[in-house]
Formats: sequence, C-alpha cells, structure tokens
Amino acid sequence: MEITVRVNGVPQTRDVEPRLLLTHFLRDELRLTGTHWGCDTTNCGACVVRLDGVPVKSCTVLAVMADGASVDTVEGLAHGAELDPVQEGFVTCHGLQCGFCTPGMLMTTRALLDRDPDPSPATIREAISGQICRCTGYENIVRSVRWAAERTQAEQQSEVAP
Amino acid sequence: MQVPAQFAYAKAGSVDEAIALLRRHGPDALVVAGGHSLIPMMKLRLAEPTALIDINGLSELTGVAVQGDEVRLGAMVRHGEVLDSPVVREHFPILADAERLIADPIVRNRGTVGGSLCQADPSEDLSAAFSALRASVVIRSADGERVVPVREFHHGPYETAVAHGELLLEVRVPIRAATGSAYQKIERRAGDWAVASAGAVVTLDGDTVVDVGIGLTAVGAPHFVAPEAEDALRGGPATDDAFAAAARVAAEHCSPSADQRGPVDYKRHLVGELVTRTLQRATARARGEA
Amino acid sequence: MTSIDDSRIPGVQDPAVQIHAEAETPRGYGSMKRKEDARFVRGRGRYVDDVVLPGMLHGAVLRSPLAHARITAVDTSAAEAHPKVHAVITGETLAGLGLAWMPTLSNDTQAVLATDKVRFQGQEVAFVVADDKYAARDALDLIDVQYEPLDPVIDARRALEAGTPVVRDDKDGQADNHIFDWESGDSAATDRVFAEAEAAPDQRVVTADILYPRVHPAPLETCGAIADMDPVTGKLTLWTTTQAPHAHRTLYALVAGLPEHKIRVVSPDIGGGFGNKVGIYPGYVCAIVASIVTGKPVKWMEDRSENLMSTSFARDYHMRGEVAVTDEGTIRAVRVDVLADHGAFNATAQPTKFPAGFFGVFTGSYDLEAAHCAVTGVYTNKASGGVAYACSFRITEAVYLVERMVDVVAHDLGMDPAELRMRNLLRPDQFPYRSATGWEYDSGDYPHTLQVALEKAGYEALRAEQADRRRRHEAGERVRLMGIGLSFFTEAVGAGPRRSMDILGLGMADGADLRVHPTGKAVLGISAQSQGQGHETTFAQIVAQELGISPDDVEVVHGDTDLTPFGLGTYGSRSTPVSGAATAVVARKVRERARIVAATMLEVAPEDLEWHDGRWQVAGDPEASRSMAEIAMAAHSNLELPEGVEGHLDATCVYNPPNLTYPCGAYVCVVDVDPGTGAVDVRRFVAVDDCGVRINPMIVEGQIHGGLADGVGMALMQGIAFDLDGNCLGGSMMDYLLPTSLECPSWELGETVTPSPHHPIGAKGIGESATVGSPPAIVNAVIDALAPYGVRHADMPLTPAAVWCAAQGRPLRTDLAIT
Repeated sequence: MEITVRVNGVPQTRDVEPRLLLTHFLRDELRLTGTHWGCDTTNCGACVVRLDGVPVKSCTVLAVMADGASVDTVEGLAHGAELDPVQEGFVTCHGLQCGFCTPGMLMTTRALLDRDPDPSPATIREAISGQICRCTGYENIVRSVRWAAERTQAEQQSEVAP
Repeated sequence: MQVPAQFAYAKAGSVDEAIALLRRHGPDALVVAGGHSLIPMMKLRLAEPTALIDINGLSELTGVAVQGDEVRLGAMVRHGEVLDSPVVREHFPILADAERLIADPIVRNRGTVGGSLCQADPSEDLSAAFSALRASVVIRSADGERVVPVREFHHGPYETAVAHGELLLEVRVPIRAATGSAYQKIERRAGDWAVASAGAVVTLDGDTVVDVGIGLTAVGAPHFVAPEAEDALRGGPATDDAFAAAARVAAEHCSPSADQRGPVDYKRHLVGELVTRTLQRATARARGEA
Repeated sequence: MTSIDDSRIPGVQDPAVQIHAEAETPRGYGSMKRKEDARFVRGRGRYVDDVVLPGMLHGAVLRSPLAHARITAVDTSAAEAHPKVHAVITGETLAGLGLAWMPTLSNDTQAVLATDKVRFQGQEVAFVVADDKYAARDALDLIDVQYEPLDPVIDARRALEAGTPVVRDDKDGQADNHIFDWESGDSAATDRVFAEAEAAPDQRVVTADILYPRVHPAPLETCGAIADMDPVTGKLTLWTTTQAPHAHRTLYALVAGLPEHKIRVVSPDIGGGFGNKVGIYPGYVCAIVASIVTGKPVKWMEDRSENLMSTSFARDYHMRGEVAVTDEGTIRAVRVDVLADHGAFNATAQPTKFPAGFFGVFTGSYDLEAAHCAVTGVYTNKASGGVAYACSFRITEAVYLVERMVDVVAHDLGMDPAELRMRNLLRPDQFPYRSATGWEYDSGDYPHTLQVALEKAGYEALRAEQADRRRRHEAGERVRLMGIGLSFFTEAVGAGPRRSMDILGLGMADGADLRVHPTGKAVLGISAQSQGQGHETTFAQIVAQELGISPDDVEVVHGDTDLTPFGLGTYGSRSTPVSGAATAVVARKVRERARIVAATMLEVAPEDLEWHDGRWQVAGDPEASRSMAEIAMAAHSNLELPEGVEGHLDATCVYNPPNLTYPCGAYVCVVDVDPGTGAVDVRRFVAVDDCGVRINPMIVEGQIHGGLADGVGMALMQGIAFDLDGNCLGGSMMDYLLPTSLECPSWELGETVTPSPHHPIGAKGIGESATVGSPPAIVNAVIDALAPYGVRHADMPLTPAAVWCAAQGRPLRTDLAIT
C-alpha cells in the first residue's frame, strides 16, 4: 500500500507491504542507514527514531503505522555542518565506541533534553535503560548528555546576558 | 532475519469501524494497538494474523480522566502516559509503581493499557495491578457494550473475555477513600519480565483492614489475584504479623513454575516477601505516611 | 517530568560532569576527540548491513530445531518454486563442491551445512537466496527437513561417561566425546607441596568447584557478509564483520581453493566484536558459494537468535581449584582440574600450541612454589566455539579461578581478603618474573596498585559500614547486606612471539606501512581492525608522537586487505601491544629516513642531528632544524640525496613481539544484597588499572568502562543454560540479558603506570583487562555479603534466584535449566 511519511522534514511516498518494519523502510527504502537494527525482540534500542517527536523502537512499528506521521532519524539531527549539542557531547565525552547504539542513544537523549533540559544522571540512566550499549558501560553516555545540557544552558544564559 | 509473514492491514477511523473491520477480515484478524507484544511475536512467527486492524488513530480510546467515583483509562493510553498522569499518581500509586517497572521507557512510549490487558501474558504487570484495584473493563461489540470485572477478564494465559469482533474500550478503576496501594516486582534486570510481582490495595478504618486487594504476577495465580489471602486479612488488624500471615496464604495458594527466573520454592518465597512488603507500603500510604 | 526513583539506580553519586577530551588536539599522546566519531554521530558509519551493491540478493539460513538428530531427507522444491527465490543451497550442494565441511581455528572440522546429522540446536542446514530478505525468510518455511531425533549430550560432566552418544561420529576413530587433554606446570612438584600441606598441622588444602558458565559476546551488530564474486575477473570481494580481515583472506584461500590475490576482504565499521567476529562462520561460506552460483552479490546478516545460538560462545569451564596454604595465609601452590565444554565442533580460536588458551596464567599475581593444571576438552550437542568475549585467550577463566579461590581461602582462614592478597602478591623486585607455569611477567608494582585501589575505595570505612549492617541484620532488622569484593588480576596480552604462537600456522605478527606525502601529511596502513577501539585516533597519535606532527595530519587505513599490510588482527587485546608497536617502529624508520634528508638539507652529517621537540636539529644549534613537513617536501623534491638513498620517506615493517605484555589491576566492588529477595545492586566499583603508557587516556578509560559493564553482565545476569533436550535457553535478548544503564554504577577509575620494558612505547594493552578482572570482584562481593549465611561459593550468573538459593545452602547449577 502507498504511504507517505515525513522523514526529517521531507515527505517520502513509497508503495510498501503492510509487514514492512519502519526500520527497514528507513534503511532499505530510503537508504537512511544511520538507524540500526540489533535484535528481534524490542530489547536493544539500536533502532530508536522519533515518531511524531516520541522516541520509539522502529523495529516494532510497521511502516504503514507511520503513514501520515513524521519521523526523525539521526541523519536529521545536525543543523547543516553544526552538530546538535548531544552529538557534540557524545564526541567530547567519549559517549560512543563502536557507534552502533549511538544513533538510537542520540535520538532518545535529544528527546529527553527536549522534555527536561537539566536531567540528573539518574534521570538520564532511566531514559536510556531500554537501550543496550556493549562498549561504554554507559557512564560516558551519561556524561555526554550532562555536557549537552550544560552547554545548552550556558549558551542560553549568554544569549540572555546583556 | 526475523520479519512478519504477510497480512492485510486496515486503519480504523472509529471504534465502530474497527469492529466492522474485524468482522470483515474474519477470525484470524487481530487488533494492533501499540504492537509491542504482537509485532515481536509476529516477527518470530509465533503469531500469524491474516489482517491487522490498526486502532492507533482512535482518539475515543485515549485519555485518563476522573468520572464520578472512578478513573477511566482509555484502551489506547500509553504506559508512559499512565506513569506521568497526576490523576493516577494521586489515586493509584500501585499503577505508577507497576508502570515504572514495565519494559523500558521507549517501549512505554508505545505500548498501551488495553494492549497489555488483551495480550494477557501470565507475567504481565498491569493485569495484577488492576485486579488488585478491582477495576473493570468496557468491551464493545456490534451488539453493544458490556462491563466485565478485571477479575473475570482473564480466561487463561493469552486468553481473555474479548471475543473476536469485540474491542476493549477502557478500564474503570474505583476511587476509594482511606486507601493506599503499592506494587513491587523482582526482576533479573531492568526491563525483564517479572520473576514474581505483587500488588496490594489496602482500605483502612483506623487500624482495621476493611478491604484489601492482592494481585500477583508470574506465579500462576488464577486471575492474577490471591483471594484466600485477601479473605485472611479482611476485617483484621493492619499489623506486620497479619500481613505476614496473609502473605503465607498467598504463597501457599499460587502455583508458580520453574524457569530460568528461578525454582518453584524461590518464587513461592518471593510471593510471601513481596505481598508482605506491598501490604506494608500500601498501608503506610493509606495512612498518608508514604 | 516523571520523577525517578533514585533507589533503583545504584552508584549514582557524583553528578559533576567530567569532560574528557582536550579542547585542542595534542601533538602526540593525551586525551583527544576521536576522529571516527564525526561520522558515527551523524549516522554515517558504514557497517556491513549498510552496504548495498547493484543487483544484490539476500540469503537466509535454515537452522535445526533439534540438538541432535539424523537428517533423513531435505526437500527444497517448494522453496525453489517461490517466485523470488534464486537458489537453495544444502549440505548436499556443498558436498558436491567439497565445501560441506570446513576446518576450524583449532584444526578440527565444522559442518558448513549439515549433511549427516545436526549436532546442536541452531545448526545450519540450508541456505536460501532470494530477491529480498523478507522473501528469503518466507522461503525458509517452505523447506521440508526430516529429522530422526537422537539422544543429545548436554551435561558436560557426563560427556565422557561410557554409553554416552558420540557427537562426532563423523570423525574416523572417534569413539567418545573426548577432544584433548592438556596440562601445564610441574605436576610432581605441585603434588609434593600439597602432600606437605595436608600433613603439616599448620597448613591446609582449600578446595572449591567453580563454574565459569557459557556466555556469549553479543556485539550489538550481529555477524554477516556480502560476497561479491565477479564472474569476469574471478575476483571475490567479501564485505564482512571480521576482527581479522587478513587471516580470513588466507583461510578462505585455503578452504575454498580460491587464489589469495583474487580475494579482497573488506571489514568496514564493525559494531562491536569482543571476540565474536574472529571466527569464520558457515553463513559467510554460504554467501560466497551463493554468489558464485548466482553470479550476483549476496548479503547475509544474522538475526539475533542466530548470533546467540550459533556463533562462538565463550567460557564453559568446569573447574576444581585447590590451594595449598599455611594457616598464616602464605599461598604455596595451586592445582586445577578443568572440564572444558567446547560444543559440537572444536572451533575455539587460539594459538595452535594452546588448546586451553593462556589458562596457564592461572597462578595469577602471586608468588607460588608450584602450580599445575590439567584441562580436558569434550564435545557436547551445543554451539561450537569456546574462546571469545574479551577473554585474552582464557585468562578470564584463569583469573576468575584464582581470584575466587583466594577469597575461598580467606573465608576458610577467617582472614581479610585484602590482607591475604597483599601478603602473597609478587613484589616489584621480582620482575621480570618467571611464573610456576613458565610465563615471564614483564613489569608491575602489584602492592602499590592494590594499595591505590584500597585507598580510593576507602576500604576500612567500607568494612566498618559492613560490620554495622551485619550487626543490624543479626538483630533482626530488615537491612540490605553489604558485600565488598576484591580482585587482583594479571593479564597476558599481545600474542605473540611467532616462535610459540600461531593460528593455523599463521604467526602472530602484524605489519604496518607508513607513507608520508610531500606536504608532510601521513597515511598509516595497519592490519589491526577496530570494532570501536578508536584505532583511527590512537594510531594517528602514535605516529604523531614519533614524527612531531599533529594526529590530525595522519590518516589511518585499516579493514581492507587490498590496502593494508598483512597481520593477524584485533583480539586478545593485541592491537596496541602488537600493531601499536609496529606503528611506532615504522614511524621510527620514517624518522631515520628523514634524518638523512634533513642532514642533506642542513649540509651536515646525519649523526650531527638530534631529534628535539619534533624536529631534526643540528646538535647544539636550535636555529638549524627542519620539521617533518619540510623534510617530506625535500624528500620528494629535486634535492640531491647521498648515494644509495632512495628519496621519499615511506617505510614498512613487521612487528614480531619478543614477549607478551602483562597489564594488571586491582578492583574493589561494593554490592548491596537484599536477603529477602536475593536482588543484588552494584553500589560502587573502583578499578585501578596499570596498562603501562596510556596513549589516549580518554579511550583507555572508555575501554575499562565497557569491560566493567561486561563484568556486571557476566557476574549477575548473562549465562546460557540448556535443558536436557538441548534447547538453548539464552537464544534471544529476552532470555540472554545484557546489562543496562540501571545495573551499572558510575565507575571510579584510578591508575598506576609501569611501562612494559620490551614494548617500543611501553604500552601494554587494555581492551580486555576489565572484562577479565571485574567478574571475580563482583562475585567475591556478593559472596562476601552472604557471609552471615555461611556461603563460601556460588556460580555465576548470580541472579536473584541464584543468590537466594545459595543463601539457603543449595546453590543452583547454572549451566542447566532450573527445574
């Protein structure tokens, strides 16, 4: 069936089987391979994207269920050459190693900061607890998100200052 | 690569349309809500529905609201919404306790209250919590609506009162004064299914337990409840000894099975431990102490 | 915002953000942002499954549902009739090509697709090639395989009993399930010490049975390959998830009879390896055959269950440890008997002369009079493998054994485990130290490293808090019990000297080539293969340090056998010890070539120059010097060079390590155990590592963090058990639990630095230290918490059930289904 999904702001229309998983729609139909796949059982979170702003595991959403919705992936996170603060935080605080969980982690933590611009380490740990990272032991991911939060706050304060 | 088998798909625009679509697509059509139990089973080809009726667009099934002396949760309310709901937190801390332990935050963004109940997994947490709360559900078919107590909703593992061509609309939870509730789960890791869980709802008159609900999960308790333990406690004093005695009754009457989460005697022990603890916490909450 | 129950979150203590990377790129060593991250954070990494080739087809593997069964018939006709299916390959197809079996990394054989019988649940039976992966999956259901079930061999402890079915009846002369016997150390000398200890009134022998259960590395990216056989040129390009692209190329040439110069193995970005991507799996071979058969590129990617159920597992060592010790706590000797479950095929990846890997390092960090171990390998109806998962070739098992035994000794003697360790640790003046089993430890100051860890943890205050908790517990108060666990490990990494270490005859050396372009920018080619370790950054830093240029000016090329020099790849923490050494050596060669050019430029003799602050400078004349960029341009210019000097600066080298390097570390873990439920929270984890010189401390710390999380997983939740029918009970991420952010505390790291005396830059390797060292610390902490219940040992994974059962005095057997 024909569906139209607004992906990173661009409407994408494709004819798909109802069984096509959103993650495969993104990876195989749109060739947006930043969204990864790591398990069959909705456990690992390598596939997290934002569906109408809400982080979801795209391996457990049918592409047809996203018809008419907007989907944001890691490819849409940077503003041109300028990285989003969470991306910058992950680079600065070594929040990634093999990079496979990273896109999902970035999408989740960006959504977290949108809701809560100053999350505690405990809140960050809770927010990423549905996503497996095999490399970092999570500590540096927590630091990366804190870095992004503090950087954003510092920038906002300097904008407000006379 | 684990991917679903082929099926037909239709998006319902209303509850009535969903019911009509179910009838049109025949007995092997299924409703998909959040899909976070169903789609993994379809990927593993443990479920192969011929058609999926998508009810995600049905705004009639959303929202958490107080109506009279009960709170109504729409079938499409996501787990995350339950957790964030001030109404839930005010009246039913047991639900907030349970929701915090269901799967993980991303899954909770998508999975729904109605979906969890209808999946009827024997290890599912909300079934025990709603049973402890003596909630009821509203089910609609082409012939009209009926209200079913949650304690009569489950017919066995993965089997419920919702027949083909019917749709679960909402859950109604009675608000009761002088009542506290709590839920606890032992898991091998955050997000894992329960080794065992218990939920307790305690209504006090002074130091007397005038009513109590005890829900159990993953331990083979019929309808997710421990009625013998409730009977043992009801009308008695709200003391640690009484709680421990009721917990022993609950442990005796459940029938857990051994699996990689633990042997039978351990699970039975956990029931005793968790029932005691949740009764204590529910009582403290009823007294406004916690 | 949802309120978070902080009590669920162990170890959250210091919200202060530490920013690791320096703002500016350092010239050589130091924490710097990783070069590779620019693509990863934009979703522009390129993993195997991201690669799409024109006309590419998709493969899927049909697997056995049974652990042990004879195949009586395979009917592929319905699958072949599927409109999107191009080919169905069976064991019979492969047998026709002589490829139904392939050699393993341990000189055994392994079925590519089963022909006679299946030997474990999940074994490969057929391979379907279709237009897309959905159709390939559909077609698997259309293949009809008839099985005649056989009794499976599941309990390793009974695999050698008379009358047990023979798993490998395909092998001539194989009448039982025995694979090998191997021993290390001096048996007679060890027995003498034990006899003395048994006889002496002030000595004793302490014994414990210890299982290191089967686990799986479970990298987040599963294994896979795209085979592209060009029918015109006869060249095979294989994009694949491999930690050892060069070794794989040679093995494909040997296995499939393809000419090696017509094979190009490309290992692009790898989503974690941890040893899982060392071996060659049947799916890779099937993809190659399928590409030859169809004339098109064929992609095959495992799903998660395939990964967990069929690719290399790790551990599965059933150990009996014995320690001869005086009542004062002087450890005299250690004796170990091991039963090693290798599964259906002996596919363990380790140096040829080491069938039990480097388990011989089980004497640990202690000065022993004598030691001996005997290891027996057996076949069972389980997936094959046996060494993978950040284990440094079985040092994980060795360290776990000795560190668990030390705690058992402390328990039996009523001694503090820190004091017992301090009493027996090697002293700094004993290095280089030859162990009782013949390993030459290069350097270390063990008592100092342990002292740093104890101080960082606040060991005495922890013991005081624990005593208070125990008093309250004994008084009937409902409190969580507190446990404090230590481990002190010695690693042996960087395999290895070619004279003693090879894999299937390939010596374990690594090459490096370094090209310096005319403008002074450099390209380094290495044989090591990053799976997240950050080689593109670290190795650029090594070159930068040696040549006085910026790491930003060094491009590191790896993962393509057509572009890089031969070497055995990345596993066993060998990248920095071997490939890193090669990089330093090749950079020094370039520097020496540059010296000749600089001498010509400055019109002096080369021996008049000294290397100073990243430049060649005339001795005593700071004004007269040349940078590498100036020298590089001159080396490519019309400058007249001395007779016999070729020009340019490029160099190559092969590094054959003279010895292993021996990192060490002292770990302290604090846990809280709920005696009512058995639930364990890791409250704190202090890790003091000594890996010699740190090139990029940020990356080193990241490696340690990851290994510590692995330790939490293995100690508390990972573990693959089997029921007696041979069903794998850890075949998905729902059943095989990996630790999340909520089980991991905020790691507390410290360091000591004793450089390796024989490594060109004094570095020792860090990749697996924490995976090796952390499980015993965590288990020791949990057992310590259970002291009020008299618990002396319980096997991993210490799930709530396992902890509770141990406290009841009947510990679970964690390799079999719970009944």
